[in-house]
Amino acid sequence: MRAILEAKDLKVIRGGSLLVDVPGLEIFEGETLSLIGPNGAGKTTILQALSYLMKPSAGKILFRGQAVGAEQRILEYRRRLAMVFQEPLLFDTTVFGNVVSGLKIRGTGGQEARRIVEAQLEHFGIAHLSDRSAKTLSGGEAQRASLARAFAISPEILFLDEPFAALDPPTREAIVTDLEKVLAETKTTTIMATHDRNEALRLSDRIAVMEGGRIAQIDRPAVVMNRPVDEFVASFVGTETILEGEVRDVNETALMVRVNESEIEVVGKGKPGERVVLCIRPENVTLSIPDGNVKTSARNVFRGRIGRIVPLGLFHRVEISCGFPLVAYVTTHALEDLALKEGIDVTASVKATAIHVIRKSIP
Amino acid sequence: MDIILEGIRQAFILLVTFDPEVLGITWFSLKVSGTATFISLFIGMSVGTVVALTQFPGRNFVVSLINTGMALPPVVVGLFVTIFLWRNGPLGFLEILYTPAAMILAQAIIATPIVMGISLAAMQQLPKKLRLQILALGATRVQMVLILIREARLPLLAAVMAGFGGVISEVGASIMVGGNIKGYTRVLTTATVMETSRGNFDIAIALSIILLLFAYLINLVLTTVQQRERPR
Repeated sequence: MRAILEAKDLKVIRGGSLLVDVPGLEIFEGETLSLIGPNGAGKTTILQALSYLMKPSAGKILFRGQAVGAEQRILEYRRRLAMVFQEPLLFDTTVFGNVVSGLKIRGTGGQEARRIVEAQLEHFGIAHLSDRSAKTLSGGEAQRASLARAFAISPEILFLDEPFAALDPPTREAIVTDLEKVLAETKTTTIMATHDRNEALRLSDRIAVMEGGRIAQIDRPAVVMNRPVDEFVASFVGTETILEGEVRDVNETALMVRVNESEIEVVGKGKPGERVVLCIRPENVTLSIPDGNVKTSARNVFRGRIGRIVPLGLFHRVEISCGFPLVAYVTTHALEDLALKEGIDVTASVKATAIHVIRKSIP
Repeated sequence: MDIILEGIRQAFILLVTFDPEVLGITWFSLKVSGTATFISLFIGMSVGTVVALTQFPGRNFVVSLINTGMALPPVVVGLFVTIFLWRNGPLGFLEILYTPAAMILAQAIIATPIVMGISLAAMQQLPKKLRLQILALGATRVQMVLILIREARLPLLAAVMAGFGGVISEVGASIMVGGNIKGYTRVLTTATVMETSRGNFDIAIALSIILLLFAYLINLVLTTVQQRERPR
């Protein structure tokens, strides 16, 4: 794979604080990379630095191997990319006038521009709104117009800064579906900032988790979700149970880790005496009612008591205390089936392979 | 009461019969104030736009000066323009005191800060991110400024109308630097002052009705602009 965009020793410093510090980042042609992280992690800043809307304080950005600002003029670079913000930021004109604006800026007009705009309006399902004033659009329609405006210039890189954050769930779902289709069709290289990990999982080839201006982890979604590099990434990608423990015993395939008074068997690497962090995703915890003969292939079976049950729509979040705090997601159906209630005793089982081990390099 | 009703009746006759004197004064007022506004448009809008879009040390001070300028009393402007244009004043060699040129100059000085202040506010009201969006669409600096001006076109129109409204209705500066010379430097306001002092209420009321009409039209435009919304 070839890198279309490369950042080297990229730093953005504003008002004396380091907002972005990325020693190296490669974006490959045709991929969709999501930047996820909490507010203030530097997602927007890195997008603006990579698109040269904000001058980096240090470092280089290479577009197809050429340094932007040196071999590659900034204006020419910007004319090969597009950006969509959280706000649609439409111009005070018709939908057509908005979508054609990028082409007009490049001096493309007439029939050719009309053909391109009409195709984009069609792609995003707003062809019927072409002559409407941008002011009269709903939030979803306006964001569709904004996306169509971005795609009209056939960008080589598309930057999306929380493009769906302001939309209600059904509208967001419909637009994400359309965008997914357009991205699959055009194979446009896309860098998207979002704080919604489900959106990131759905659209991305790779996910970068950001914290304090740094990229904590960048990898394929499955890797980031299941094998987070540290506790921050683990909690951000939805690992509810994060336990600190010490390796007691090592055999060929597994480690025995002591957490408080309990022993947990996990698959991973480690040395006896080493401090480790165990990550257990709530979907991987199975609950049952204790009846003396537990039938499970799971090697970790813990007895505990339910502390709290919080409904989460389709799931319930069940907090169990079994010598350490453990969180499980249970479907509403299973919850009723097992008659789970706050305060009752349950058995929780977790497969040794479903627990991710982070080795603590610094004790 | 009779004096008012009779005045209005006479004024109405003057207006519907297109009295040449009333018409001539109106036309001349429009020319002087229109030219002055046109000049203020260039200076006011460009300076207003630059101040709105840039950051520099002392910017707040400059903005406060512009806002103070919006309330510049016309008589003060009249006084200083008169001093400058006085025969042995710094610009006396121009010999334009008591000419339409002097009136245009004075009115342009009154209108410029008004246009500047409102343009500045109009440009600043645009969302900050809009500039990033325009740059991200591949615009040059010049293209960006032109697009921003187009986005702020209605508030900018308001700036022009407010500037025009300010000068067509002022009397102090016009009378001081123009001299209210019949058929040469007499405008609606100066004529109204003179006719009122002479007791010719019919002409004074006719002229006032025209002034009120202008005031109404200007405010109609301003109201329309205020009630409009920007796209999200």
